[in-house]
Amino acid sequence: MITLGHMLTLSAVLFALSVAGIFINRRNVLLLLMCIELLLLSANFNFVAFSRYLGLVDGQVFVFFILTVAAAESAIGLAILVVLFRERRSINVEDLNTLRG
Amino acid sequence: MLVTILFYAFATILVVAGLGVITSRNPVHAALSLVLCFLTSAVLWMLIEAEFLAIVLVLVYVGAVMVLFLFVVMMLDIKVEELKSGFTRYAWLGWLVTGLVIAEIVGVVVQRRLGLDVTRGAAPLPPGYSNATELGTALFTRYAYAIELAAVLLLVAIIAAISLTLRHRRGLKLQDVSAQVAVRAEDRLRLVKMKAEQRPTEPKP
Repeated sequence: MITLGHMLTLSAVLFALSVAGIFINRRNVLLLLMCIELLLLSANFNFVAFSRYLGLVDGQVFVFFILTVAAAESAIGLAILVVLFRERRSINVEDLNTLRG
Repeated sequence: MLVTILFYAFATILVVAGLGVITSRNPVHAALSLVLCFLTSAVLWMLIEAEFLAIVLVLVYVGAVMVLFLFVVMMLDIKVEELKSGFTRYAWLGWLVTGLVIAEIVGVVVQRRLGLDVTRGAAPLPPGYSNATELGTALFTRYAYAIELAAVLLLVAIIAAISLTLRHRRGLKLQDVSAQVAVRAEDRLRLVKMKAEQRPTEPKP
């Protein structure tokens, strides 16, 4: 039997892994986008688990919308990445210093 | 019992694939590990009987988003060695944050005072229960405005992605149809009002 604790712990491990990934791959924009996808997946795990264990379907509706927003985000993010690579011939975060931020 | 064994097996695959995403040197390998993550997550969601979302995850993520990622990875000519040169400089901070996040969330999970019994399994579903029907009923009644907003959001994302990546090349000989249609006679032809002139008489030889 899968308990709520199982799902929450698994999602915590996944969330922590993707946070670590953001720190490790902080130069590569492409891998940063992938880590954000993984982060959203682990959040979705919590929504699905609570929706199932509380017997309410609303959590799954939320996951549906999160998937929509994440798909839109990755499409626009990759488009920006392609334009960036065309301009700079690089996707290194440290090269993006035009605004001196 | 079988469900528990399957859960542990797929959870292990999921964590290993997640590690593969964040540590692999080649972006193609990272993208493929991410595909494996989504597939195992779909299996896990199916194990806790959220079938519709599991199928949506496979269709939307593995079928569309990750293919887009792979396209971009293979289209761009990325120099991996240069990007990996500072690999371990902030790694300790990453692992520290990782440990903190895991400790916090597990602390919340084992906390008894929240009134949440985490050792409880989900209530068995009644016979004839359809996850897709329940979700569809909620989506098209209580969340009807939200789903229309999501549709608008997707439309905006399509337009934004296309207009960002559309490239206008200079010097191509193309027909600009809208310019052709919008042309007016006044732009092309100038009518000048003037008096008639007499032709100068030619000198006699």
